[in-house]
Amino acid sequence: MAMNYNAKDEVDGGPQCPPGGTAKNRRPDNTAFKQQRLPAWQPILTAGTVLPTFFIIGLIFIPIGIGIFVTSNNIREIEIDYTGTDPSSPCNKCLSPNATPCYCTINFTLEQSFEGNVFMYYGLSNFYQNHRRYVKSRDDSQLNGDSSALLNPSKECEPYRRNEDKPIAPCGAIANSMFNDTLELFLVGNESYPTPIPLKKKGIAWWTDKNVKFRNPSGGESLKERFKGTTKPVNWVKPVYMLDSEPDNNGFINEDFIVWMRTAALPTFRKLYRLIERKSDLHPTLPAGRYYLNITYNYPVHSFDGRKRMILSTISWMGGKNPFLGIAYIAIGSISFLLGVVLLVINHKYRNSSNTADITI
Amino acid sequence: LQANSRELNSTFGYPNNTIKTSRYSVFNFLPLNLFEQFQRLANAYFLILLFLQLIPQISPLAWYTTVIPLMVVLSITAVKDAIDDVKRHQNDNHVNNRSVLVVMNGRIKEDKWMNIQVGDIIKLKNNQPVTADVLLLSSSEPYGLTYIETAELDGETNLKVKQSISVTSNLEDNLGLLSSFDGKVRCESPNNKLDKFTGILTFKGKNYTLDHDKLLLRGCIIRNTDWCYGLVIYTGPDTKLMQNCGKSTFKRTHMDHLLNVLVLWIFLFLGGMCFILAIGHGIWENKKGYYFQDFLPWEEFVSSSVVSAILTFWSYFIILNTMVPISLYVSVEIIRLGNSFYINWDRKMYYAPKNTPAQARTTTLNEELGQVKYVFSDKTGTLTQNIMIFNKCSINGIIYGYGYDKNGQRVEVSEVKKVDFSYNKLADPKFSFYDNTLVEAMKKGDHWVHLFFLSLSLCHTVMSEEKVEGKLVYQAQSPDEGALVTAARNFGFVFRSRTSETIMVVEMGETKVYQLLAILDFSAVRKRMSVIVRTPEDRVMLFCKGADTILCQLLHPSCRSLRDVTMEHLDDFAFEGLRTLMVAYREVDNAFYQAWSKKHSEACLSLENREDKISDVYREMEKDLMLLGATAIEDKLQDGVPETITTLNKAKIKIWVLTGDKQETAVNIAYACNIFEEEMDGIFIVEGKNDETVRQELRLARKKMKPESLLESDPVNTYLNTKPQMPFRIPEEVPNGNYGLIINGYSLAYALEGNLELELLRTVCMCKGVICCRMTPLQKAQVVELMKRYKEVVTLAIGDGANDVSMIKAAHIGIGITGQEGMQAMLNSDYAISQFCYLQRLLLVHGRWSYNRMCKFLSYFFYKNFAFTLMHFWYAFFSGFSAQTVYDTWFITFYNLVYTSLPVLSLSLFDQDVNETWSLRFPELYDPGQHNLYFNKKEFVKCLVRGIYSSFVLFFIPMRTIHNSVHSDGKEISDYQSFSLLVQTALLCVVTVQIALDTTYWTLISHIFTWGSLGFYFCILFLLYSDGLCLMFPNVFQFLGVARNTLNLPQMWLIIILSVVLCILPVIGYRFLKPLFWPADVDKIMNRIHLWTRHPLLPPTQTKLRHTRPRRSSYAFSHKQGFGALITSGKTMKDKVFKKNSFSFKK
Repeated sequence: MAMNYNAKDEVDGGPQCPPGGTAKNRRPDNTAFKQQRLPAWQPILTAGTVLPTFFIIGLIFIPIGIGIFVTSNNIREIEIDYTGTDPSSPCNKCLSPNATPCYCTINFTLEQSFEGNVFMYYGLSNFYQNHRRYVKSRDDSQLNGDSSALLNPSKECEPYRRNEDKPIAPCGAIANSMFNDTLELFLVGNESYPTPIPLKKKGIAWWTDKNVKFRNPSGGESLKERFKGTTKPVNWVKPVYMLDSEPDNNGFINEDFIVWMRTAALPTFRKLYRLIERKSDLHPTLPAGRYYLNITYNYPVHSFDGRKRMILSTISWMGGKNPFLGIAYIAIGSISFLLGVVLLVINHKYRNSSNTADITI
Repeated sequence: LQANSRELNSTFGYPNNTIKTSRYSVFNFLPLNLFEQFQRLANAYFLILLFLQLIPQISPLAWYTTVIPLMVVLSITAVKDAIDDVKRHQNDNHVNNRSVLVVMNGRIKEDKWMNIQVGDIIKLKNNQPVTADVLLLSSSEPYGLTYIETAELDGETNLKVKQSISVTSNLEDNLGLLSSFDGKVRCESPNNKLDKFTGILTFKGKNYTLDHDKLLLRGCIIRNTDWCYGLVIYTGPDTKLMQNCGKSTFKRTHMDHLLNVLVLWIFLFLGGMCFILAIGHGIWENKKGYYFQDFLPWEEFVSSSVVSAILTFWSYFIILNTMVPISLYVSVEIIRLGNSFYINWDRKMYYAPKNTPAQARTTTLNEELGQVKYVFSDKTGTLTQNIMIFNKCSINGIIYGYGYDKNGQRVEVSEVKKVDFSYNKLADPKFSFYDNTLVEAMKKGDHWVHLFFLSLSLCHTVMSEEKVEGKLVYQAQSPDEGALVTAARNFGFVFRSRTSETIMVVEMGETKVYQLLAILDFSAVRKRMSVIVRTPEDRVMLFCKGADTILCQLLHPSCRSLRDVTMEHLDDFAFEGLRTLMVAYREVDNAFYQAWSKKHSEACLSLENREDKISDVYREMEKDLMLLGATAIEDKLQDGVPETITTLNKAKIKIWVLTGDKQETAVNIAYACNIFEEEMDGIFIVEGKNDETVRQELRLARKKMKPESLLESDPVNTYLNTKPQMPFRIPEEVPNGNYGLIINGYSLAYALEGNLELELLRTVCMCKGVICCRMTPLQKAQVVELMKRYKEVVTLAIGDGANDVSMIKAAHIGIGITGQEGMQAMLNSDYAISQFCYLQRLLLVHGRWSYNRMCKFLSYFFYKNFAFTLMHFWYAFFSGFSAQTVYDTWFITFYNLVYTSLPVLSLSLFDQDVNETWSLRFPELYDPGQHNLYFNKKEFVKCLVRGIYSSFVLFFIPMRTIHNSVHSDGKEISDYQSFSLLVQTALLCVVTVQIALDTTYWTLISHIFTWGSLGFYFCILFLLYSDGLCLMFPNVFQFLGVARNTLNLPQMWLIIILSVVLCILPVIGYRFLKPLFWPADVDKIMNRIHLWTRHPLLPPTQTKLRHTRPRRSSYAFSHKQGFGALITSGKTMKDKVFKKNSFSFKK
C-alpha cells in the first residue's frame, strides 16, 4: 500500500497570544492530540496496492490449496452404513424394536491397506445434537463430581432429572441418549477363522475433558458407593459406574461417555470410537483384504430417519479426509488471480480513456 | 403583595428566591435518571428483552448477556448526567449564596440571595447584579433614575434608564421611611415578556400605575448608580429571566432521525426473520422433532409444533436482538462528545484578543456541521465588527484620508504610516488615520477644518465618562456617532463632558464651554440631527449632520459649488462602501433664536399634533445651512470574512444575510464580503407593498432565472399539483446563472403568508446570494423555519445579538458569535465562535471530519452487527431452528462491548481522510455531506448486504471445513464448542481487518486499539476457558479447554485466512472500481491530493481575492429616536460627576 508518513510540522497559524498573557489564558494546549495532528500512517487504495494484492493472494492460495487437496486425497477412508434400512442389509432385522439384543455382521473389503494409526468412528446423521434444548440438557457441575449437584441435578436436565424420586446421574437428555452400539472389527485373512483387530478404547477423548472437566464424585471406596442415591438414565441398561471394568475409564470419566457428551455442531457428525494403533513400520495397520464388522445393534435411529455409520480413516497433519478446504483455497486463489487480471485491464483501459491524468497507479 | 410584611406575603405562597436548574438530588437521582433513560426507545427495548430472557422456556441466552451491556450503557449515561447535574448544582449554589443587603426593621442586613422573599426591600449597589425582579423605589441619582445594563437579558450592552415613581423616589435612603413603607402592589402573574409589566401600587390610599420602566429585572447589572432600593416583586422561578430560559427545544440531527428510521427497519427485518425461523421451526418439529422425541422429548406444555414455533419466535427475537446494537446510541454520544472536544481544543479557532476559544455548547450536532447547505447570517457584529472607523472626510471641498506617495499617487492605506496624534494628550490611542495633510491643516488652524471638527464634537448625543484623568470613555448610542466624536477628539476637539445645558470641549488644548440650547433630535423621517449652542463668544450656532439627500435640500444657495464637489466626494466614499454623513452649520442671530425657542417650547407643550408641530419648528431652524463637509465611516468587516464566504460558496453553501439593517447598508456589506459579486447575472429586488406585487416580482425573478419553471409541465409544478399533502419537500432547482436577490421586511411579511411561501422559496433557493433586510427577529426565524419545512437541507444560523436568538434557535445549528453585543446569542447557540472566519474551519474541517467519522462509524457498526447476528440465521437451518446460538454466551455479551468497541471508537475519533489543509483548500470535498452521501438508506442497505455476505462466508466456510473433520490426533473437532470458537474468532478477525481497511489515518492509538482489541480477545478467551474459572462455575463457563484444543489446529487458521480474504476482497475490489466507473468529484480531488502529497513539488496556488468595490451609497445613522430629549431634560446628567470633572480641570 502506498504509505506516507504524515508527521505534520505545520506552523500553528492561529493568532498570537498577547505578550505577557492574561491571568487565565484559555488558549487550548498545542498538543498533537488536541489539535488532531497525531502522526499517522495513511494507506491509500490505489492500483499500485490493490492489483498486487490480488495477484499475491492468487499466487499464495493456489499452492496452499493444492497442498491441502493432495494431503486430503492421500487419506484412506472407508465409510460403512449399518443402519439397515435397506432390506438386503444384514442389520435390517434389528430395526424392529423388540429384537433386543440384536447382532448383525457386515462384510466389507479394503482395496488398499491403511497405514499408520487408523481411527474408527461412528457417524450419525439427522441427529440433532445441536438442538438448543438438547445442548443445554446437562449439568456440568454434576459431571465435574460436585456432590450436591450429583444428588440435586440442575433444572436444565428436565425431563431427565429425576426418575422414581431418585436423581439421575448423569442427568439430562445428552447423557440419556448416549450411543450404545458395540462395534467389533475382524480381518478375514487366509486362515480359516478371522482375526480380531485390537481396538483401543482409551485416548479418544480430549485431555482436558478427561482430566479436568469430567470427574467422578469423591467419597466412598468403590465407584458404586460414590454414586449412591442416584439412578441410571432412563435409556441406559447399566448404571454409570458399570460402563467399563477399568477404574480409570469408568463412571463420568469413561471416554466413550465423554466423547458423547461433547455435542456435535451439526446434525451429521462422527465421533471417535476406537483407535487402531500401528503395530510396526513393516506391516500396514490394516492390510488390504476382507473384513467384517460385528455390531451389537442397540441404538435406535430409524424412528427419526437417522443413519448410523462406521468409519475407518487414517490421518494426516491436518486431520481427516475433507477436500473442501483445498478446493476452496484453489478456487479463491484462482478467482483472485483472475480478478487481478480483470482489474488490471479495466484500470489500464480507464486510465487511458479518461483524459484527466489524475488517476494514479 | 405588601412591602415589608413577610407574614402577609407568605400567605400567597410565592416561591422563594432560590433558583434550581438542576434536575436531580442525591436521593431521587437513581430512580429519576433510570426512568428518564428508559423512556428512550432503545433502552426500553432492551429492558423488555431482559424480561423476555427471564422466561426460561424461551430464553436461549443467559440473562447476563443483556444485563451486562445494559448496565454498562446505563451507567455511562448516568455518570454523564450526574456530572452535568453536579455542575448545575454548583452553579445554583453559587448564585443562591450570593449576598445582598436587605432592609429589615430599619436596619440593613446582609442576607443570601436565596432568602429573599417577595415584599422585601433590598439595597443594590453599583455594578451589582439585580437579585430578583424588583420594583425600583429610589436611587442615588436624581428623580430616582437608575442605569442598568441588560446584556444578560437581551444582549444590548448600552445602558438603559429606569425611573422610579415620584412618591417612592422621595424615600431616598432613609431607612426608617423605607422600612415603614407599606405600599401594596397588585401586579400581573409572572410571565416571560421582558418588556411588559403592569401593576398598581397602592400607597397611602392612592393608586399609582406601574409599568416596565419601574422594574429592575433579575440578570441586569446596576451601572453608574451608587445605590438604589427596590421592592421585590417576583422571585426565583417567577422572575422574567427564569421564565424566559430553560425552554430551549432539544435539537436532533438528521442522522438521529435516520437512525430512528433505520432502527425501525431493523425491527421489521428482525420480525420478518423471526417469523421465517419460527415457521421453519414449526415445520421441523412436525417433520423431524416429533420423531426425535425418543432422545429429546417435547416439554409438557408444548402440545403441538405450532406452540413450539410461537415460543421459538420469541427465542429468536432474543437471539437476534443484537441487530439493534445496544451500544449504538452510547457510542454515538461518545463520538459526538469527542468531536466536540476537538472543537473546544482547536487553537486555530481561538481568538487571542478576547481570550476565547471556540466552544461546542451542544455535543449532539457535530455531524450536522458537515452537512450544512444554507447559512443564515446576521450582519452587524457577525460579518462586520460593529466597529465604525472614521476613515475619510471631505472638508470644504478638500478630500482627506487617502494616503499619497511621493509622486502624488494614491496608495494602499496599509503602506502609509499612521498619523501621529502625540500632540494631543486626550487622543484615543486606538484611533488611526493615514493622512497627514489633515493634521497639518489642523495645526495650521484652518478655519473650516476647525469648524468641521467642532461640529462633530458638539452635534451628537454621546455621553462621556472620565474615570481616570485624561482617559475618556464615550458611551455612544450608535457606533457611528462614537466614531465621529472620537475622530474629533483625536484631531483636537475633545468632547469632555456634558450637562443638561452645557457641553465642555477642549479645543486644541483649550477648554471651552458651550451652552447647549437645544437638540433637534434624530428621527427616521428627518434623517438628520442638529444642536443649537451658544459659543463662549456668545454666538448662537446650529450644527447639523445628516443624510446627504436630505441635507442637500436644506443648504444655503451660496454653497452650491461646494455642494457639487462634496457630492462627488460622497460618491467616491460610497464607491468604497463607506457610510457617509454630511455636516453643515448655520449661524443664527440671537433674536431669531429667541423667537424660535419660544415657538419650540409652545410646540412642545401643545397637546394636539405635537409631533407635526415640532418637526415644523425644526424645519424652520434647519434651513439655509452652510455646508462644512462630509464624513466617511468604514463599517469594518471582521477579519477574513470575504475569503471565508468565497470558500463557503465554493463548498456550495449558500449564504443569506438576514439583517435588521437598511437595504443600502446590507447590500453594501454583501458586496464587500463577496456574497454578491459584480459578475453576477442579475440581482432582483423585491420590495412590493402588497402580496400581488410581491408575487409578480418573485415570478419575474424566477422567469429570468429559469423560464421553464413557470410552465405547467415543469416537474416541480406537476409535483406540487399532484401532491398537495403537507409534509413534502421541494427538490433543488438549478437556475441558468448566478443571481442574487434582495427582499425587505415588508415584502417578506407578505411573501411569508401561506400562498406565497412556495413561490418565495422556489425563487429564493435558486439564487446564489440572498439579502433580507429590515427583518424583525421573528421574521428571521420564520425564514429559517420555511427552509426547514420544505427543504431537506441542514440550515445554520449565525449571529451575535439578541435579535438573532430566534433564528439561532430555529435553525438546525445555531452559532453564536461571542462578540460585542453581549451573551444572549451565545447562550442560545449550539456552538460559539468568536470570529465569523472560524466558521469555515468549523464547517469544512471539524464538520466534515465529524460527518465522515460518524458515517464510517455507522456503516461499520451496522455491518459488524449484521455479520455477527445473521450467523444465527444460517445456523438455524442446521440446528432444527431451535434458537441455538452459534457463539458462546460470553462472546455475545462482550462482542459489542469489549471486543469491537475500541477500534470503532478510535476510527471515529481519529480518522481523517484528508488533513485540515486540504479540506480548506478544496471546499468541494464538503459536497458529499450536504447530500448525505456517506450514510443514507442506500448505504445502510449496502451494509446489510455486506453483513449478509460476510455472515454467509463466515458460517459456511467453517461449517464445510469442520464437517466430518478431525484433529491431527484423530479426535473429532466438529463439536459445537470448537465450532463456536472457530466461528467467533474468524468473525472477529474479519471484522477487525474490515475496520483496518476503513481506517485511513493510522495513529499509534488506532494501532493499539485495533490490534490490541484482537489480542485482548485471545487473552480473554484463555481466561474464560481456563480451568480455574470453569471449575469454579462449571455451569456458567462451559467451554473448558476449547481454546487450547482448537487454536492449535491448522484448519482453524486456514479457515480464518480464507474467510478474511473472502470477505475483504470484494470490498477492496468495489472500492477500487467505484472511482473508476463512477467517478465523483470528490474522488478526483482525492486523487489530486494524493498526487500532491506524494509529489510535493506542485504547490497548489490559492487564487487571491479581488475586491471589487461596487458603487453603492449608504448613510451612517443607526440611531434611536429620543435620546436628545433625555439629554436636554437633564435627567441623565450626573451633577456629582460634573463637579468632579470640573474640579479636575481647575488643577
